[in-house]
Amino acid sequence: MSIDWINFTPWSAAIGGAVIGLAAALLVLVNGRVAGISGIVGGMLRPRADDFAWRLAFIAGLLLAPMVYAMVAAFPSATIAASYPVLIVAGLLVGIGTRFAGGCTSGHGVCGLSRLSPRSLAATLAFMAAGFVTVCVVRHVIPA
Amino acid sequence: MATLFAFVAGLVFGLGLIIAGMVNPAKILGFLDIAGTWDPSLALVMVGAIAVGLVAFALARRRTMSALGLPMQLPSQRTVDARLIGGSLVFGIGWGLAGFCPGPAIVALGAGYAKGAVFVVAMLLGMGAFALIDRHRTRTDSAIPDANRP
Repeated sequence: MSIDWINFTPWSAAIGGAVIGLAAALLVLVNGRVAGISGIVGGMLRPRADDFAWRLAFIAGLLLAPMVYAMVAAFPSATIAASYPVLIVAGLLVGIGTRFAGGCTSGHGVCGLSRLSPRSLAATLAFMAAGFVTVCVVRHVIPA
Repeated sequence: MATLFAFVAGLVFGLGLIIAGMVNPAKILGFLDIAGTWDPSLALVMVGAIAVGLVAFALARRRTMSALGLPMQLPSQRTVDARLIGGSLVFGIGWGLAGFCPGPAIVALGAGYAKGAVFVVAMLLGMGAFALIDRHRTRTDSAIPDANRP
């Protein structure tokens, strides 16, 4: 392993992270809800009248963030290397996996670790380990 | 009012993801590539987010009501089970294949990336599949109340 110094962006990463933490703080302290994206989206698939609007509003905020960001600075372009078939398989796995796990990078990784939850620590270690192995296989094992 | 604040929280969350560079799958995959040239940025995103989150959730835990007088709904489940680990492993494989997790994929869709849209549609199908399996499961085995899941 060597550090990718060219692409490493410590400051923007830490500041962006703090802004994410601020959003999670706002949602829990004002709305009493955990900012877990997979849970917020998943809960909309079994709609309850009194529990739908806030979820939709949160997702609308996520969707509009690029437009609001672009008012101040140029939206940083994303490089999506995965092919469409790979994206479909990956999306299905992420959808079903996060719901079984009861959380994703935000619910377990950010909010769960902030709550010092042992469940979320176990989940975070598991999905990171699976991610490390998957990228290793795709980038280094299969091409060789 | 709660809906407005949820919108603001989602917007701020999305802006944080954009600032952090996390909407770019190439950056996520750079973090997950520990066997190659490793980009540690995602670790610092977590540090920044958790630094703020620790304070917020410590405050939240001491309350039963939110600032708007809504019930504080924090997960109560404590056990590490096969469902949690198995689900996380499946999620991690998908994350490693595409470099997308749910939040950044939705923001990428909002930015107009067709590939983000395809990923989100597949993710919704996966969540729908879970809802069907789970509905069947809870009908046959009602051991875990739904409210206890985070």
